[in-house]
Amino acid sequence: MHQKSIAEHANSLAKGEYSSVELTEHFLKRIESNSDLNAFITVTDQLAREQATQADQLIKAGKAGLLTGIPIAQKDLLCAKGVLTTCGSRILENFISPYDATVITKLHEQGMVTLGKTNMDEFAMGSSNETSFYGPVKNPWDLERVPGGSSGGSAAAVAAMLAPVATATDTGGSIRQPAALCGLTGIKPSYGRVSRFGMVAFASSLDQAGVITRNAEDAALVLAAMSGFDPRDSTSLDVPVPDYVASLQDSIKGKVIGLPKEFFGDGVEPDVADAVQASIRELEALGAKTIEVELPNSEVGIPCYYVLAPAEASSNLSRFDGVRYGFRADEYLDLNDMYEQTRAQGFGEEVQRRIMIGTYVLSSGYYDAYYIKAQKLRRLISDDFTKAFEKCDLIAGPTAPDTAFRIGDKNDDPVAMYLNDIFTNSVNLAGLPGISVAAGMDRKNLPVGLHLIGRYLDESTILNVAHQFQRATGWHLKMPGGYE
Amino acid sequence: MSISSEQVTHIARLARLKTDPEKSEYFAKNLSRIMGLVEQMNQIDTDGIEPMSHPQDTALRLREDVVTAKNLREQYQALAPSAQDGLYLVPKVIE
Repeated sequence: MHQKSIAEHANSLAKGEYSSVELTEHFLKRIESNSDLNAFITVTDQLAREQATQADQLIKAGKAGLLTGIPIAQKDLLCAKGVLTTCGSRILENFISPYDATVITKLHEQGMVTLGKTNMDEFAMGSSNETSFYGPVKNPWDLERVPGGSSGGSAAAVAAMLAPVATATDTGGSIRQPAALCGLTGIKPSYGRVSRFGMVAFASSLDQAGVITRNAEDAALVLAAMSGFDPRDSTSLDVPVPDYVASLQDSIKGKVIGLPKEFFGDGVEPDVADAVQASIRELEALGAKTIEVELPNSEVGIPCYYVLAPAEASSNLSRFDGVRYGFRADEYLDLNDMYEQTRAQGFGEEVQRRIMIGTYVLSSGYYDAYYIKAQKLRRLISDDFTKAFEKCDLIAGPTAPDTAFRIGDKNDDPVAMYLNDIFTNSVNLAGLPGISVAAGMDRKNLPVGLHLIGRYLDESTILNVAHQFQRATGWHLKMPGGYE
Repeated sequence: MSISSEQVTHIARLARLKTDPEKSEYFAKNLSRIMGLVEQMNQIDTDGIEPMSHPQDTALRLREDVVTAKNLREQYQALAPSAQDGLYLVPKVIE
């Protein structure tokens, strides 16, 4: 039952082969029996049963949509009313959200059933899910390896089929990199496509929510339900959402795929490079054309990102002060000491590191040299994409330079960890849509991700190409051993 | 580019993060590594380039200046570590 796609579940629910309550109980049991993955921080079994019961009534009454009664896991960065929302941090260890994020509201309006809140790197700062206060998440393909991050719990949950789909968020690669490391489909839409209301802010000019699924069709279905204008988010775009599902079936004949030579250089593991090259030949066999493009400033994407994201984070995370909500230190001397003790005990090491970097680059005397310099580079990086898209319809490359690494391997070196996002974070700087799809296995039997980048607001093309690729190859159907 | 432990102590103070000499020393090492990475920005000339603060240069939308939110003070203050009579309680700041 858990191997089915969302469309197959919808069909079975409509025919009465099983009910949403039965489907929900099935996934709740799988979550319980696979708790060693540590994919969930909170399981909302009671809420899930109530929502499934309501969904079954709608299905019986013939009022169901395609997503009615389909279970979903939510990243613990999205506020859910009456539910613990921790962001993987101690500082929110007791935060019961008083409202729903718009994403959650929209999915619940479609009748989706929330199974629980997934583990994540603390405040989405990490690429391995090891910075979570609630412990690391294990990769179902190899329990000694990381699932990627920051949406590592969402990726592990979908890979182990503890949920058919999970919400995720992406500031520099946090949807696409874990999707790649777990053999899944993960899409980050264009900046402004999905409301950020109720999504706890990390870097406001980069953050976007999306989904992790087992195939592009499921991603198209759920992304369509999440997208659209929201007056409560001042950066939400008031533009129509295209029919992502309808365009999946289009032929990709004649589509021009740009291959930036910067994405196929030395830093990529040979097995990853081989799998990505084979995938590109597969797309050519389907009628796509490939051309070389240049993204000359992409080499400074990482340094630029690690100025701008921490700068925005240091400002956003100043709200956690032990006064209005969340954790407060037990002992302190005065008000200032209360702030300092609360934040030093409430935030983990990586979050403190990023707050300090952000504070430093924004401080008097350094602002122009770092922050303004990075913003200028951001424009150059964005302009590179604009120029490349004059010659092609989408851009392809590897999602990450390597497959899943061992838990603990990159913990001592923040810079080595940051380089995991080398191909993903320039996409956030430019605000473009990007998707990762399973594209092969390395010699350790670990999944490789193919990264497709689209023009601004053109999620349709990358979803279409991803779907046609999956119809031709079937890499997305591979499942980690022991979870079938 | 290296950051000294004295600089870390100063930054931590600005960011309201408790530190001690040992912690500052530790962070000085890895913040220096990160700033070494950041220095790579200087290999590209950006003279005359307009800074970009937002993807696609979209401007923030304005709305009518009308009250849209309900007063949910009690609900929100129920989440506070310490609140009383509609006020958030913090350690005494004025003797």
